[in-house]
Amino acid sequence: MQLLSNIESLLYFTPELLLVVSAIVVILVDLGVKNRESAIVAYLSLAGIGCVFVAVLLTYGQLGDRTSISLFLGMIRLDAFSTFFKVLLLLATAATILFSLRSDELDARLKGEYYALLLAITLGMFLMASSTNLLMIFIALETVSLTSYILAGFLTHNPRSSEAAFKYITYGAVASGTMLFGLSFLFGMTGTGDLGQISTRLTELLAAGEVYPLTVLIAIIFILAGVGYKIASVPFHMWSPDVYEGAPIPITAFLSVASKSAGFALFIRFFYSGFSSSEVLQSVDWTLMLAIVSALTMTVGNLAALPQQNVKRLLAYSSIAHGGYLLMGGVLLTPEGVGAILFYLVVYLFMNLGAFYVVVLIANEEGSEMVEGYRGLASRAPLVAGAMAIFLFSLTGIPPFAGFFGKWLLFTAVLEQGYYWLAFVGLLNSVVSLYYYARIVKAMYLEDAGEETTRTPFSTGTFALLSVFVIPTILIGFINIFYTFSNISVSVIPIQ
Amino acid sequence: MLLSLMIFIPLLGMIVVLLLPRESEELVKRVTLLFTLIPLALAVALFISYDRSAAGTQYVVNIPWIEAFNIQYHIGIDGLSVTLLLLTALLGPICVIASWRNIAKGIKAYMALFLLLETGMLGFFAALDLFLFYVFFELTLLPMYFLIGVWGGPRREYAAIKFFLYTLFGSVLMLVAMIAVYLNSGVPGVRTFDIPTLITLASTEGHALNDLNFQIWAFLGFFIGFAVKVPIFPFHTWLPDAHVEAPTAISVILAGILLKMGTYGLVRINMAMFPQGMDFFCNGTGTWGNSLALLGFINIVYGSFCALAQTDFKKLVAYSSIGHMGFVILGLAARNTEGITGAILQMFNHGVISGMLFLLVGVLYDRAHHREINGFGGLGAKMPIYTGITTLAFMASLGLPGLSGFVGEALSLLGAYDKFKMLTILSTIGIVVGAAYFLWTLQRVFLGTLNPKYEALPEINGREILTLAPLGILTIVLGIWPNFAIDMFRESVTNLVNVLQAI
Repeated sequence: MQLLSNIESLLYFTPELLLVVSAIVVILVDLGVKNRESAIVAYLSLAGIGCVFVAVLLTYGQLGDRTSISLFLGMIRLDAFSTFFKVLLLLATAATILFSLRSDELDARLKGEYYALLLAITLGMFLMASSTNLLMIFIALETVSLTSYILAGFLTHNPRSSEAAFKYITYGAVASGTMLFGLSFLFGMTGTGDLGQISTRLTELLAAGEVYPLTVLIAIIFILAGVGYKIASVPFHMWSPDVYEGAPIPITAFLSVASKSAGFALFIRFFYSGFSSSEVLQSVDWTLMLAIVSALTMTVGNLAALPQQNVKRLLAYSSIAHGGYLLMGGVLLTPEGVGAILFYLVVYLFMNLGAFYVVVLIANEEGSEMVEGYRGLASRAPLVAGAMAIFLFSLTGIPPFAGFFGKWLLFTAVLEQGYYWLAFVGLLNSVVSLYYYARIVKAMYLEDAGEETTRTPFSTGTFALLSVFVIPTILIGFINIFYTFSNISVSVIPIQ
Repeated sequence: MLLSLMIFIPLLGMIVVLLLPRESEELVKRVTLLFTLIPLALAVALFISYDRSAAGTQYVVNIPWIEAFNIQYHIGIDGLSVTLLLLTALLGPICVIASWRNIAKGIKAYMALFLLLETGMLGFFAALDLFLFYVFFELTLLPMYFLIGVWGGPRREYAAIKFFLYTLFGSVLMLVAMIAVYLNSGVPGVRTFDIPTLITLASTEGHALNDLNFQIWAFLGFFIGFAVKVPIFPFHTWLPDAHVEAPTAISVILAGILLKMGTYGLVRINMAMFPQGMDFFCNGTGTWGNSLALLGFINIVYGSFCALAQTDFKKLVAYSSIGHMGFVILGLAARNTEGITGAILQMFNHGVISGMLFLLVGVLYDRAHHREINGFGGLGAKMPIYTGITTLAFMASLGLPGLSGFVGEALSLLGAYDKFKMLTILSTIGIVVGAAYFLWTLQRVFLGTLNPKYEALPEINGREILTLAPLGILTIVLGIWPNFAIDMFRESVTNLVNVLQAI
């Protein structure tokens, strides 16, 4: 691996720099725009995302034969893994910007800040996916957290949104503090912030008996609090239903997909680089602990989703459950497990964002986020209802939709390691989840809206955007290249 | 190619139907009929051109699909699948005709879903790759959920989700077993989902798939998945609900094909791939040695007695299905030529006969708008043709010699008597009770004094006769000449019996 100095690193850091530039440009342009209804800043942000996307691919191309480069003297890593997540995050951000354009919820006067913050949060997530130093990890995490608090509370006229932001801050501050405490333990034991060196030092120290395994365990648990909070795993999930319900729908969609993906990127890099040596595992079996957390997360998420009447809240719990499924891949310490997570995240991006887009559309039309608002949607807007049904069945994991292939990869990886109980819990959870997803399908197809069945008109743009999510949700599972892609990205993760 | 064409023509039909304007209902129906008649023609062609003397699979197509996991698009037919494909393709147009008048709303969506369902069913019976098999198996779930849930009776929502949840529960257990089979099939890189290869590996001494413990657990996983579908007691409770709420044509498909998917799976996967697991549950010794036969027996007796207690015509037929599927299980548990032949024949016959019964119930329901058996009486004088056809179907279903139902049941019992004497003797109670409920129903509905409410009940019409006639003819033909079907799968059964006896 090549270690680059600060100046040399800048070239490979262009995507992040471009994000900063875009955010600044958005704010400056917004100052000059007279017409408050104008969507110019949104399109400008989209253009920025486009440039960053190209830059991400170009910098990845510059890697050439090298598997990874360490930037800024070991603070940040550029490799296939981080590139994978950057692409994923850019897709999520672009989708969120498009949702925001179409959502009636957002206050037109606040647009400039809104998009600038979205770009800033993307920057934070980029760093989460590529940091290899404790300090950088914490800074990245905080960039994302602080920005999310503001975005969650963006509906200033809506008390629920403010409540969401307040809860988010409270939980977030506790989680960050706890994590920081854990990081300090780690630093205290090993005297370094670099993940690779931490792993080596910990292994030596444990082999020599110079640290108590209990200390390592405490450090790991505290760090898990911070990571678990980002991916909304039990018992750090409490904030997510309230925040998801109160935040503007595009932000909810963004948090449920992008924030979770970045959280998993951080989790995988941190735990697989730092704590996966056999000495560490022998003294602290965090994989078993995580397996239990995973089983609890999906069960709690699914059971809590069952009685929900608010679709946003329902999807929030469903998103917790999906975090649980994803965690299953994380406990395995195998390339297949990580590969399955990455593949599932791609699938999840499309199906979950798609479902949230429909929520945006229905909220615009009906002014309602409740399941009743979906009644008779099949006769009012057959295409939208059909798309929603596809997203929901894909989330359940029913073939031939992509969600099935994602789950199938995860369960294959889990069974390969002999975690039969975990696979059973996961699969039974899939059955449970069918019940609440089908409730929305039932409302759309099996119940009549009542007197009028006039068709709700949706624009061509709406259908175009919808098909951007529907087509991958149907096809990803059948295309070989996605499996290969996630496998390449995994190859750089150190797995003993 | 012919086979792929048959599977995907209905899917193409679905796309065509979806593109038609929703106002032109007549056109939608005609197009759907056309797209179900083509697979029928192809199925007949396959049935005729199938080489009866060869045991292996024919018309094989094997194309790599998802190479990362060695998944192939591998299809082909043997005697068993070609028989069930013919049944599926035959019931397709019959159900479309049966739906001609009595689907009140959304005919376009109904027909589109029906065509999707047909692709799922046809693909399932032809699949030779475990992954493909599972995908087709699940593909039937979604259209079925909507067909029951949107076009069903008053409690349709409950029935639809119950059906969905039960089946999904079964299929996730099957999924675990399937992944376990895949993982044990070899080292990474050479693992396979190919059913013929897996069958060979499973009978190779010393291979991981050949391990008794593994076979038992994998058998159980698949078994529960299929048992929900068959349905085998105690997983049967979704069936009466689904049948009562489903529209007529969907009941026909449900009883005629979907239940067969369960028993077909038992033969194709459980028996062929896990002969030792099968042996563990059917060898007549040990704690579990009688379990499969016992389940068959429970199905027969329990289903029949439940049917006897019903006053809803459709529910009666539904419970009688549970009873009749018991004979299939019993026949399979025997693991000999007679038993398996009888079981397969019973699958086909039950598809035909229960199809008729549900169509007949539908005919009556369309006229009287209820299905209460005790609410009729003396219809025999009013609707002589209808009465005649119903009597034929009843007699076939209760196992009157000379009609098709008899042959399958008799062979199953004959095979089972060899292995499970006591259970087989007790199972005949089911036949007696079967005769009782059918004859009693006949008496209550068609004999006695005519209920004055139904003075003006019109006789069965030409369209309805058109749906019933092919099935009625098959019932008689197969009753007199069962070899017409048995010849098709004789070699496949011999093959299977050899595999089962090799252990």
